[in-house]
Amino acid sequence: MFGYYLDLALRSLRRNKVLTGLMVLAIALGIGASMTTLTVLHVLSGNPIPGKSAQLYHVQIDPRDSFGYRPGMEPMDQVSWIDGMNLLHAQGAQQQALMTGGRVAIQPPRTTLDPFFEAARYTSAGFFPMFDVPFQYGRAWTAKDDQDRARLVVLSHVLNDKLFGGKNSVGKMLRLGGHDFLIIGVLGDWRPNPHFYDLNVQSYNEDEGVYMPLTTSQDAGFDHDGGTDCWGNGADGKDMTRNDHCAWLQFWVQLDTPAKATAYKQFLIRYSEEQKSLGRFQRPPNVRLRNVMQWLDYNQVVPSNVRLQTWLAFGLLLVCLVNTVGLMLAKFMRRQGELSVRRAMGASRRMLFTQLLVESGMVGLAGGIGGLLLALMGLWVVRHRPAEYASLAHLDPAMLLITFVLAIGASLLAGLLPAWRACHIAPASALKSQ
Amino acid sequence: MQILPIFAALRRHKLVMWLLILEIALTCAIVCNSMFLIAQNLQRMHMPSGIAEHELVQIQMAYIGTRPDSGARTQADLAALRQIPGVTQVALVDKLPFGSGNNSNIKLKPDQPQPSMNAGLYFGENLLPTFGVKLIAGRSFAPEEFVTLDQALQGINDNSPNDLPHVAIVTQAMAQRLWPVQNALGKTFYIGKDIPLRVVGVLARLTRPNTLQAGPAFSFVVPISENLSDGGGSYVVRSKPQDRARVLRDAVAKLKAIDPNRVVLAHRTYDEARAAFFQADQSMAGTLVGVCVVLLVVTALGIGGLASFWVAQRRKQIGIRRAIGATRGDILRYFQTENFLIVSFGIAIGMLLAFVLNAVLMKFYELPHLPLYYLPIGALALWGLGQLAVLGPALRAAAVPPVVATRSV
Repeated sequence: MFGYYLDLALRSLRRNKVLTGLMVLAIALGIGASMTTLTVLHVLSGNPIPGKSAQLYHVQIDPRDSFGYRPGMEPMDQVSWIDGMNLLHAQGAQQQALMTGGRVAIQPPRTTLDPFFEAARYTSAGFFPMFDVPFQYGRAWTAKDDQDRARLVVLSHVLNDKLFGGKNSVGKMLRLGGHDFLIIGVLGDWRPNPHFYDLNVQSYNEDEGVYMPLTTSQDAGFDHDGGTDCWGNGADGKDMTRNDHCAWLQFWVQLDTPAKATAYKQFLIRYSEEQKSLGRFQRPPNVRLRNVMQWLDYNQVVPSNVRLQTWLAFGLLLVCLVNTVGLMLAKFMRRQGELSVRRAMGASRRMLFTQLLVESGMVGLAGGIGGLLLALMGLWVVRHRPAEYASLAHLDPAMLLITFVLAIGASLLAGLLPAWRACHIAPASALKSQ
Repeated sequence: MQILPIFAALRRHKLVMWLLILEIALTCAIVCNSMFLIAQNLQRMHMPSGIAEHELVQIQMAYIGTRPDSGARTQADLAALRQIPGVTQVALVDKLPFGSGNNSNIKLKPDQPQPSMNAGLYFGENLLPTFGVKLIAGRSFAPEEFVTLDQALQGINDNSPNDLPHVAIVTQAMAQRLWPVQNALGKTFYIGKDIPLRVVGVLARLTRPNTLQAGPAFSFVVPISENLSDGGGSYVVRSKPQDRARVLRDAVAKLKAIDPNRVVLAHRTYDEARAAFFQADQSMAGTLVGVCVVLLVVTALGIGGLASFWVAQRRKQIGIRRAIGATRGDILRYFQTENFLIVSFGIAIGMLLAFVLNAVLMKFYELPHLPLYYLPIGALALWGLGQLAVLGPALRAAAVPPVVATRSV
């Protein structure tokens, strides 16, 4: 029966090519636009570290003085050197890392390359095991290296390709900002998007090439790069390690169970109380522990333009659907004669209804294919835009499936009313009026 | 032209009519709001900066590691840049309008719990003549008022007021915001940990580097001289607009020749720097224009498609009307009037929807109210579109010969 309906639908669609074309075009445009924006939204709001995002928490405490305090206000986004080091050495979580961003000048060993600046991450050793960072060559540094302020670095594989042509560079020396560093590791393909652990620099497509111990970076006098929030008489400047009135470091912890997270939160409150009794903190304990997705959500990491575009595209899809409903109604009503004959010869309403829905489904399928092509084109346009997330805009299998489900679903929905109307015509009067 | 028969006919096609009205209303609401967003984006993109935009080039350099003699080297660089033919002014500044950089909270009294306002902070020797900003009151900085950036940072860390600047030049907008009725000259405001700055001059306009939503024209200049250290400032070179490309090329070559062991982070004309800052707005405006065009095309196709369905359905009635005396013009006008009525109704509902949509958008984005003049423009556009879409089917209807009336099918 289904085959017969398909055959009928094909014949009918072929009979009025202009109307069919209009319907397919409308669905394709609506689907193309929505899938383009939805894919961008999907990519941008994706989970940067699936499988572990619920166990990783960003720590916020409030070390500021009572000046400007309002109950219920958010604590600071980052921590100061002294608090960060206290929390790091307290070892209250399974894994923890204190970090900040930076920029270092690289003097390449090959003289054919001009010196250049590269984004860097200054972090304690917990970073690599906590974020499950893969290594191509060598290894990460240890807590002892942190303590010793060892002059060593880990490179991203992109930077390793650029400097050493992709060869194993472990054991070689690299000159950074006028100092010599020993390369002890090269990362594998690792680039979490969004750049969740530090949203100060750039939320997407941040590619840090150099990783070095946080203590080493301060020892070498490298400036940090990113946000600095100061209070009281604090000010940004040189030697931030002596400055306890500026927050410029991110502190992340791994806590595997909700019970551990609750306990850690208690620990942070106790820490704040202790600091308050020492006279360093003045505010009542104000702590937050947000996991990766909560942290991204809190920072509204998806650009508002992208969200607006998604709504706009769905508005377009809605108009296209209304348009398709109208055109299908026109098409089905025009076939009153044919449908009446089929009714008179014994086809039930349900059979006619199914037949018409098969026809709408076929329009949807064609619209979905058209929409897919338009979405691929749209994503190509997005990729050639200067936005920082541009290169991420690719269709994945899930979105491909959604495209067709959405297209066929939408056209079936658009076909429901016209089909219902068309198969409720009294066959006798329709036949007579012929 | 009789309207009543049209209503009588439409009553028999309620569903299709309502679908058309709904489609037109949705299109009207979305297009009105999109046009408004486009206008907002364009307005932002064309915001004046207050500086001689078409005469400036920017070169951002950085040393590798710290240079103890960076002050002297900076002076050598500036002298070399001044030698380039066609160059009128040169400065090393910390930031430019429409770029990156921090802003400062401004207080009128020391110990004020909440800041009075937030403004962009500029510094760099010879900044005012190079930017070409107009001083409308007071004076420019005297050479002895300048401190170096290292000195100022040290001053902040050590709490020594002697190492800090004491005066500032503010924009007119900032002066009016802080002292609405009084003369700003001679007044004092406070930044950071209560550093006092006395106003000695007022500028016509100098747009802040970023955070434009906090008041684009709020900015001030302090007498700090920038040193070319680790990725710090930008050289800004002023010349005639037609010389810019050559000056930029020569300047980069000259700076590299003076000291090859440093990195050029950016070199571009100010127009390019400005365009880069507004890229997101530009691509958003492009997207909105695209969506509007697609919406209008789809709506036009929908109107045209349904009109041809109606024409086909009413062939016999048209034939009868022609047979009993209606002219081709009558038939043509019948369909045009019908379309006009439906579109008008759609526009009426669409206007309401447009305001609802605007209210929703205002809740989530920083947007003002939709101005009323968008409505007549939107209405005219949709009426025109409707008439254009219906013309083809209406002409086909007018071409139906009267003899159709006598045929059975």
